Amino acid sequence: MKDYNEEDYLLLSGIQHFNFCRRQWALIHIEQQWEDNVRTIEGDHLHRKADQPALREKRGDKLVVRALPVQSRELGITGICDVVEFIRDPDGVPLAGEEGLYLPFPVEYKRGKPKRNDSDHSQLVAQVMCLEEMLVCDIHKAYFYYDEIKHRVEVVITEADRVRVRASINEMRHYFERNHTPKAKAGPHCLSCSLNNICVPDILNKRSVSSYIESRLNE
Amino acid sequence: MKKLLNTLFVTLPDTYLALDGENIVVKQEEEILARYPLHNLEAVCTFSYAGVSPALMGACASRNVSLTFMTRTGRFLARVIGEDRGNVVLRKEQYRISDNEERSARVARNMITGKLYNNKWILERATRDYALRVDVERLKKVANSLGETMKLLREVEQLDILRGLEGSAAVQYNSVFDDLILQQKESFYFYGRSRRPPLDKVNALLSFAYTLLANDMKSALESVGLDAYVGFLHRDRPGRASLALDMMEELRGVYADRFVLSLINKKVVNDKGFYIKENLAVIMDDDTRKKVLKAWQDRKQDKIMHPYLNEKIPWGLVPYTQALLLARYIRGDLDEYPPFLWK
Repeated sequence: MKDYNEEDYLLLSGIQHFNFCRRQWALIHIEQQWEDNVRTIEGDHLHRKADQPALREKRGDKLVVRALPVQSRELGITGICDVVEFIRDPDGVPLAGEEGLYLPFPVEYKRGKPKRNDSDHSQLVAQVMCLEEMLVCDIHKAYFYYDEIKHRVEVVITEADRVRVRASINEMRHYFERNHTPKAKAGPHCLSCSLNNICVPDILNKRSVSSYIESRLNE
Repeated sequence: MKKLLNTLFVTLPDTYLALDGENIVVKQEEEILARYPLHNLEAVCTFSYAGVSPALMGACASRNVSLTFMTRTGRFLARVIGEDRGNVVLRKEQYRISDNEERSARVARNMITGKLYNNKWILERATRDYALRVDVERLKKVANSLGETMKLLREVEQLDILRGLEGSAAVQYNSVFDDLILQQKESFYFYGRSRRPPLDKVNALLSFAYTLLANDMKSALESVGLDAYVGFLHRDRPGRASLALDMMEELRGVYADRFVLSLINKKVVNDKGFYIKENLAVIMDDDTRKKVLKAWQDRKQDKIMHPYLNEKIPWGLVPYTQALLLARYIRGDLDEYPPFLWK
């Protein structure tokens, strides 16, 4: 197993950006560019609720923990789970400071409604992989909580999901080590992207600058 | 394209700016004079002595609202900048180009091409629009000569040669600039550029417009992650925003000079709005400064078609758009830097 320096860990939240658009991820995580739009502000607002590390609830067999920092040495990623629910279960694992055995299930807060594409999905899978590695357990499901429908949706985690996440992270690391921002593949997703103004994906479809200058000079 | 937001200019001398929730409040003594929501603002520019609260500075920095302090006469004093955007990859490439004469020249020559092109068309336009008022032959001659120089520029790879060509083109353009003043000629005239201090009203207006443009340019460069202080044509000098000055070359004529000419030709300003100091330095009075700022803001809202992007944008976004295009060139997405070639 390759041992990554913690300094070089990739951010778990980036997997979702990466699967949404490789260029968006690179602009944010390599070039450190950011611009808010309505969607990101809504997201921030929503996470303010979840992001209360000191808040801990215990209800019967359930322990709810917020803003839990996680990492995976194997993948070289780090991040924060919005909410992790620990359910008392005889097949579970011991937890620091708790009696009995528990199984963890991450719950990721999302603005809006359930989405058709699976860029969100991989983020949840990566959280699961971090928790499995840190707690030495197997997790088969996780949840999204969608703000607009005020409902959670169960997500079954398969081996194929884990393979896909590993592949994404390998690819991310490849770009990251070369500091390389891939070119934009413009598409309908660009319309909802908060980095549209920074990326300007259409520029690549314009004519060459030298022909622009030549034609103006020869008017 | 990004949205153009408002700039708040604070011209009352003794007002204090503070943060109240999501608003800027403008105070005099303890009285609140005005209140503006921060989210509508892109920039705050204050000519006041009294200052700005640290909380407001922080709020501006974290929201990318640029905050600039000016003297009463419109000279730049300071800007408040938030945490640096950590785009080191882009910046390092900018520094590499800046350290390399040929690479610098390849960018700078396009900026100068833009300057000459735009100045040429200011003159061509005057001969067309005011054929009966101006000396058409004289203006045409300079315009043609600027056109010839422009063609030479394409192949230049030495900055000194570039500066030489730029310098002689500037002399020619300045020699006919006075011809473009069509109204109030007895009080507004241009013999040549004077800066510190400006010695006539036209120069006072030009200096002020260049300062405003330079501020917009600096903010634009920073917002796309470039270092406004490391240039290609203007070499490094501590405290000088060389890249902002480089980028301004192509916009001086088309953005600032034309703006000043229209203030005079449309009689937005007049002879009485200036006072002359003992040493002949010319200074705008408060009322004129206010009128100029108002006109500047209005101009920014006017829509144009960007010649390279073929996209309709407000004039006020031209500095940002050019900064973005430069960043794209430095990053390797474009084959050359596309100057703003305005006709």
